[in-house]
Amino acid sequence: MADLSTDCGGIKSPNPFWVASGPPANTAYQVMRAFDAGWGGAVWKTIGEPIVNTSSRYGGVDLGTSRVMGFNNIELISDRPVEDNLREIAEVKKRWPRNAVVASLMVESKREVWHEIVKRAEGAGADGLELNFGCPHGMSERGMGSAVGQVPEYTKLIVSWVKEVARTPVLVKLTPNISDVTYIGAAAAEGGADGISLINTINSIMGIDLDTLAPRPIVDGKSSHGGYCGPAVKPIALNMVSAVAKHPKIGIPISGIGGIATWQDAAEFVLLGASSVQVCTAIMHYGFRIVEDMVDGLANWMDDRGFATLADVRGKSLPRVTDWGELNLNFKVVAEIHREKCIGCHLCYVACEDGAHQSIRLLKTNGATGKVPEIIEEKCVGCNLCMLVCPVPGCITMETVETGRAPMSWRAYQEALGKGIACELPGERHPH
Amino acid sequence: MSGARVPAESTLRGALSVKHVAPKLDDAVYERNFADINPRLPETAAVAEASRCLFCYDAPCIKACPTEIDIPSFIKKIVTGNLRGSARTILEANVLGHSCARVCPVEALCEGACVLNQEHKRPVMIGALQRVATDHVLDRGIRVLKAGAPNRRRVALVGAGPASFGCAAELARLGYACRIYEKRTVPGGLNTHGIAAYKMRARDALREVELVRSLGVEIRDGVEVGRQVSVEQLRGESDALFLGIGLGATERLRLPGEDLPGVVDALGFIDRIKNEPFRRVDVGRTVVVIGAGNTSVDAATQAKRLGAENVLVVYRRGPEDVPAYHYEHELAKSDGVTYVYYAAPVRFLGEGALEAIECLRTEVVADGAGRRAVRPVQGSAFHIPCDMAIVAVGQQKAVDWLTRVFPGIALEDGRLKLDGSGRTSLGGVYAGGDCVNGGKEVVNAVAEGKAAARAIDLDLGQPRAEA
Repeated sequence: MADLSTDCGGIKSPNPFWVASGPPANTAYQVMRAFDAGWGGAVWKTIGEPIVNTSSRYGGVDLGTSRVMGFNNIELISDRPVEDNLREIAEVKKRWPRNAVVASLMVESKREVWHEIVKRAEGAGADGLELNFGCPHGMSERGMGSAVGQVPEYTKLIVSWVKEVARTPVLVKLTPNISDVTYIGAAAAEGGADGISLINTINSIMGIDLDTLAPRPIVDGKSSHGGYCGPAVKPIALNMVSAVAKHPKIGIPISGIGGIATWQDAAEFVLLGASSVQVCTAIMHYGFRIVEDMVDGLANWMDDRGFATLADVRGKSLPRVTDWGELNLNFKVVAEIHREKCIGCHLCYVACEDGAHQSIRLLKTNGATGKVPEIIEEKCVGCNLCMLVCPVPGCITMETVETGRAPMSWRAYQEALGKGIACELPGERHPH
Repeated sequence: MSGARVPAESTLRGALSVKHVAPKLDDAVYERNFADINPRLPETAAVAEASRCLFCYDAPCIKACPTEIDIPSFIKKIVTGNLRGSARTILEANVLGHSCARVCPVEALCEGACVLNQEHKRPVMIGALQRVATDHVLDRGIRVLKAGAPNRRRVALVGAGPASFGCAAELARLGYACRIYEKRTVPGGLNTHGIAAYKMRARDALREVELVRSLGVEIRDGVEVGRQVSVEQLRGESDALFLGIGLGATERLRLPGEDLPGVVDALGFIDRIKNEPFRRVDVGRTVVVIGAGNTSVDAATQAKRLGAENVLVVYRRGPEDVPAYHYEHELAKSDGVTYVYYAAPVRFLGEGALEAIECLRTEVVADGAGRRAVRPVQGSAFHIPCDMAIVAVGQQKAVDWLTRVFPGIALEDGRLKLDGSGRTSLGGVYAGGDCVNGGKEVVNAVAEGKAAARAIDLDLGQPRAEA
């Protein structure tokens, strides 16, 4: 069986699945339940400055009958005393020495205050530290969380303060609420961080109650922007993880976070460079038990694919993430409708007709389904839309078409033109 | 349909003179036996079910609906919580959308056409969802249909059943003043007087009558055209005439003993169940239903639910020939109704009241034209002892009334002959429903009424007053 053990910036765990810093990692009771269920590590809910929470804190976005496709919160860091959290960290470490316990920290931006909390957390037995520079609400109004993580200089400065005293690995958790996450990632690396955790939650308003006109989650008739997470944010997280992983000035391990709910999600983060993955919303939805299939499924997939260790998987897809200008414009696919699977909903037809390139026609048949859709190949640009909206798996596939032309990207074309080499404009010309 | 002549006399006499009346049941048991066979879908379940709809473009379910309700749109509105808009989408296309939700043979229509069937999945429960939306507005008295600005044209309609309602609702929305004449004292046609009570109670049908009235349609009940009011009067007071008279009484078997007390007709029996307290409707301990169509199922299952101990259906062909819808046939069997196939009654026997039916075995043989003819087997006579016989062998055509009241009107096989768009052979006279199609579903009657309304609007050349 595949070896799932991992080392993320010096923090070791029996598998890459960590409970992310948040409500599920609030107490020793929860963290031990998590380890019982099979989680490899846990990042404790952020400890630091005293806070008070609001009543009503979470909001959800549903899709059809699927609940909580997106989730947000306006909860702050731990509202428990620092000493209680540290005592419980020690207790957990005593009982679960092989599992990773990471202390998430957030304090006032003062050197001596950071020194003190780092020493106390390490004194309790934490295997590593995660600096919360990402919390987008509440704490940022007090000059902490994303208020630090949005300014490269602050990030670098505080990381360097922490590194002055830290004896365990230091991860820096980044906010996505910034134009280019690699600036902050590079600053953290320059400050001496041992790894990067991303993404924290995204600024969001979950919706408006159309009866009371109050935004959600509602606190006495009002709301505040909160942190968005859950399955809906995964593509954003994948993009940011790959950007950090590819950045030449960062080069430190990554703990991937953002909408991870299954082993497939985890595999994707690892393929884009993550050494561990952190999960919160899916646990809040279904409980710690979800890790069983995450571990089992990931190991089975690795066995099937011949990956012996996580290191074999890590970053495997990164070379395939490239700039648009590098994409081969002479590559061509066209849609193919497998008529024997077509149920006659005609969603492909209307999507293409109104939303794309008018490349599907409806043919009359004598069959039970009435008209059947047919691709007009010479007009099909290979956009995928029909395949994406088709409700029947495998009914519409995208088939590669031989163009007979050598690969040519926009960048290569521009370079050729710059050198005065005559060459044909790449890509297909479609009738409209 | 609605204009049907009711054989009230024979029905009442027969039903009250059953030799052995089945014991009466507790009221709670009656209510349970006649409770909605398809209970209302809770709104949360409705949203989940509605979410299964793919929102097909050019959807096959719409084409399978005779009234062409925009089904994907009304279902999408249930998903978004816009139940009022959902009901409007339904009722604008079909003013009897509520009863159709209850009584349509959806397996044969919209749900049968649902594309999910092609993927071997359960089709969307279109009928149940349609009921959720229409219940929402009917329960709350929300008016989603509006009459058009009056265009000073008048239309008289004969028969207050689904065909006339479909026609009048369409016309009223275009601004026509509509007046419906109904021979019976309670309007609604078969929805009120026919159709098993466990599918729809008379009170549900009357909610829809009120919906039609809310469009300004006037209903004059207890007025028979050709008797209390003449066709000349109708022609004088209106610009067009619509006939939605339905069919006549149940066909007679013309067998000896048919007039014995205890021999009743199915429509009269069903009407009493719909419009009287269950306790007041006598039913025999052993009941034999003659015929195996959908009306036979309604009669047999309701006889059973009223407390009959044995209910048998005598049918001259085999199980594969049963004309009732498959699910109706299955319902009867699951209600404990026994089918006696390949048998035909030859006489009703009894002293003063029905005691037995003499039947002959039948066999089905191919005739020269390739059809399978039924032939009695000589010497195969047998008796079925019973207290009550219910004749359910189809309805008579309203030929007598039509030829008397509209001399010269073109008929075909006893049904009104139309030009394909709702026009009869007489100028200014239109028709739809069972009197034209020979007996179909509520939804067909509404669709034909709508089609006639469009023909009327076209023929009267009324410049449209903007609603």
